[in-house]
Amino acid sequence: MTASLTHLQRLEAEAIHILREVVAEAERPVMLYSVGKDSAVMLHLARKAFYPAPPPFPLLHVDTTWKFRAMYELRDRMAQESGMDLLVYQNPEAATRGINPFDHGALHTDLWKTEGLKQALDKYGFDAAFGGARRDEEKSRAKERIFSFRTASHGWDPKNQRPELWNLYNARKHKGESIRVFPISNWTELDVWQYIQLNDIPIVPLYFAAKRPTVERDGMLLMVDDARFPLGPGEVPVERSIRFRTLGCYPLTGAVESTASNLSEVIQETLLTTTSERQGRAIDKDAGGAGMEVKKQQGYF
Amino acid sequence: MSSAYQTDALIAEDIDAYLAAHQHKDMLRFITCGSVDDGKSTLIGRLLYDSKMIFEDQLAALESDSRKQGTQGQEIDFALLVDGLAAEREQGITIDVAYRFFNTEKRKFIVADCPGHEQYTRNMVTGASTADLAVILIDARKGVLAQTRRHSYLCHLLGIRQLVLAVNKMDLVGYDQTVFDGIVADYAQFAQSIGIERYTALPISGFKGDNITALSAKTPWFKGPTLIEHLETVEVDTETAQAEPFRLPVQWVNRPNLDFRGFSGLIASGSVQPGDAVRVLPSGKTSTIQRIVTLDGDLDAAVAGQSVTLTLADEVDCSRGDVLAAADAPPQVADQFEATLVWMDDAPLHVGRGYWLKLGTQTVSATVQQPKYVVNVNTLEHLAAKTLELNAIGVAELATDRPLVFEPYATSRTLGGFILVDKLTNRTVAAGMLKFSLRRAQNVHWQALDVSREAHAALKGQSPAVLWFTGLSGSGKSTIANLVEKKLHALGHHTFLLDGDNVRHGLNKDLGFTEADRIENIRRVGEVTKLMTDAGLIVLTAFISPFAAERDMVRSMLPGGEFIEVFVDTPLAVAEQRDVKGLYKKARSGKLQNFTGIDSPYEAPLSPDIRVDTTTESPEAAAERIVDYILGGRIDSWMPVI
Repeated sequence: MTASLTHLQRLEAEAIHILREVVAEAERPVMLYSVGKDSAVMLHLARKAFYPAPPPFPLLHVDTTWKFRAMYELRDRMAQESGMDLLVYQNPEAATRGINPFDHGALHTDLWKTEGLKQALDKYGFDAAFGGARRDEEKSRAKERIFSFRTASHGWDPKNQRPELWNLYNARKHKGESIRVFPISNWTELDVWQYIQLNDIPIVPLYFAAKRPTVERDGMLLMVDDARFPLGPGEVPVERSIRFRTLGCYPLTGAVESTASNLSEVIQETLLTTTSERQGRAIDKDAGGAGMEVKKQQGYF
Repeated sequence: MSSAYQTDALIAEDIDAYLAAHQHKDMLRFITCGSVDDGKSTLIGRLLYDSKMIFEDQLAALESDSRKQGTQGQEIDFALLVDGLAAEREQGITIDVAYRFFNTEKRKFIVADCPGHEQYTRNMVTGASTADLAVILIDARKGVLAQTRRHSYLCHLLGIRQLVLAVNKMDLVGYDQTVFDGIVADYAQFAQSIGIERYTALPISGFKGDNITALSAKTPWFKGPTLIEHLETVEVDTETAQAEPFRLPVQWVNRPNLDFRGFSGLIASGSVQPGDAVRVLPSGKTSTIQRIVTLDGDLDAAVAGQSVTLTLADEVDCSRGDVLAAADAPPQVADQFEATLVWMDDAPLHVGRGYWLKLGTQTVSATVQQPKYVVNVNTLEHLAAKTLELNAIGVAELATDRPLVFEPYATSRTLGGFILVDKLTNRTVAAGMLKFSLRRAQNVHWQALDVSREAHAALKGQSPAVLWFTGLSGSGKSTIANLVEKKLHALGHHTFLLDGDNVRHGLNKDLGFTEADRIENIRRVGEVTKLMTDAGLIVLTAFISPFAAERDMVRSMLPGGEFIEVFVDTPLAVAEQRDVKGLYKKARSGKLQNFTGIDSPYEAPLSPDIRVDTTTESPEAAAERIVDYILGGRIDSWMPVI
């Protein structure tokens, strides 16, 4: 018999293979769970890879305390449904210093996310961390390996990556070193959406358009998700029909005006849209053309 | 815009129809390779641009970058879109493998962009290992170059069945048919000489877009296909693999509870259904497939390319590294092979040293013999060589410490392709392709012996062990080892001391002091040591044994806990001052080559079981401490060393 596998079937098989290799070879794996759509797909793939057992590693959410409320709700629900342990880590230094996205700009991401992630990995001694990054997101990610090594201080050296041949992954490392593993490296944004649709994977409702309270700042539409949002003099939230293409900290995540209220419409809008995915986030623009590469060398995921 | 790409109209009018069509696309992985400036990045940039895989903001950035850094004047420099890393943006060349994605109406494509620089053979081999097809770019102005031959040879070596010869920059030669025909004729001769049977030649311009998605009016003499048409219709390797016998390398044994035992893995070839007879290799035990288990319910069948979990009807031993195969057509099992190796590390091959070899889900320790020859990738001549340097391609024999389930690479990429990993640095140092197993491995069998090593040890009333003394020449290894043996002997233990100098008068008198000979010296001593522990003895060895890899090799030959590393730690200055044999003096004056500590390195043990500092502890006291260690802590209660 010959059955032609679709591209999604092949991508799924590859991701499951990667997840199983890590579990077979790493000592303490963990899945970084950001509650976004890529994390949702990655979690679903993990459940497939180890079914009927639950995935044999915990979920780690590096929390900034500034995520959308709807994200926290889905996070807790999915941890329960998957039967996995959920570890939530908040950088105590960032908490003590009251670091927030309104007053501290880039420092917010650096302390809560980059430092928080390093601290969490060190605290629990994880030696392999799954992440939902895709190569089509950004130029420097296109060159990153599926198994990406980090030094004991979490640095990434793009000039010194291990060659990856066939589907053989070399997971050997010295004490203190760790690997970031990207099972959905070869997926595109469209693949992710279509896989969510075909597998009926729960995602945060914020991806779908609805009337939400918003203000416009520096050309970005921000959602007023809770009372911590400082309104300027005379600034009044306006109800707009919006949705989000990516999800992060709500004060840093730009919405788009939209009426796409189901998956087909969201995919349609995604395909017809003319701005790329990460543009809604302020983080990539920091350091000019090489922004993400610099961030990764410093240990950002 | 050609109709090959997604049509915005369909997306806008009937998204569900578009998604239904997209869902059923298959996937082709290909690589592009060519010399520097052949226009690879430009071609890929063009494919992404035409398939709308770049967005408006990226395009705006591209236009502004093109003006600042571009090499195409005021026009868009597509290469800037593709060259990802900051360092290479400045140098203007691609230095690593980058993966790109685009869709047409028929297929999803993954492109590995491979560099053209000679020193980056490693990256090209990496990109080629997962590709179904290769696009070899030729600059129409330059014709077939040494690099064209090299890339074609590597693609052929890595088993890529589909080659596309893309004669690029046709706009710069006036779309002249005679130029194109001349290049194709040159290439045909070369291709035939290395056994490339099939390839498709196309005249294109990545920069202008000629014959990429639509036939160009500039080349009326060319009847097609266009590059995209060709990429959309060639056969994908996973379909070919389905016709082969069933093989599944077991990745993971799924045991959530006592009632379920599943074997998980990616099907390498063939297909499988419940009721199929399978064989577990290397053990050879047989059973039948009971279920194909997935989160979405059991499957009736699964094929090559799918990740599945299988359950078997019988309780047979099967774990990670084993291969489930069609019972009537199992793969071979062997421990000695001839293989082609592509060396990928700055440190050259150490002949005789143990490396980790990973093939499918099997990891074993392997040693490589001196290469039979290396291939000059420009002339394809076979040359003699003592080792393999970075980017060298050679053929050599190798031996593994345990039998491998394998198939020749030409039959199976999964069961014939492997990597070698350095045991100390953990770097991936080589890619290899098994050619065949060596006869002697098939014909030499282990003789089962009735008197076991346990029986030997029991009769002597002791647990066998190896006290491995390592340290610089003159550090005091032999002195201390001698004292330890005297004490153990007096206490009624059966011992034997192997001394470096003495062994070199007999067993190893054919060996010198080069790095390769030193490795072989230790390997032989390791084998002798192992035989002696099999006989139940406590063995003491006194060898400089300067390389950590060789000491680890001996450790891995022995059961866990039996290898006790004793580091006789004497600083070089102290040993040189003692200079009991006058060797340091000779080495300093240049009369003695490759002397450890002087012009040959000593890799000190990082965590020895016992460390003796001879500047603070007398030989007598050290010997006493070592005897206490070996007799005080019962050998059988020691933790196994992994």
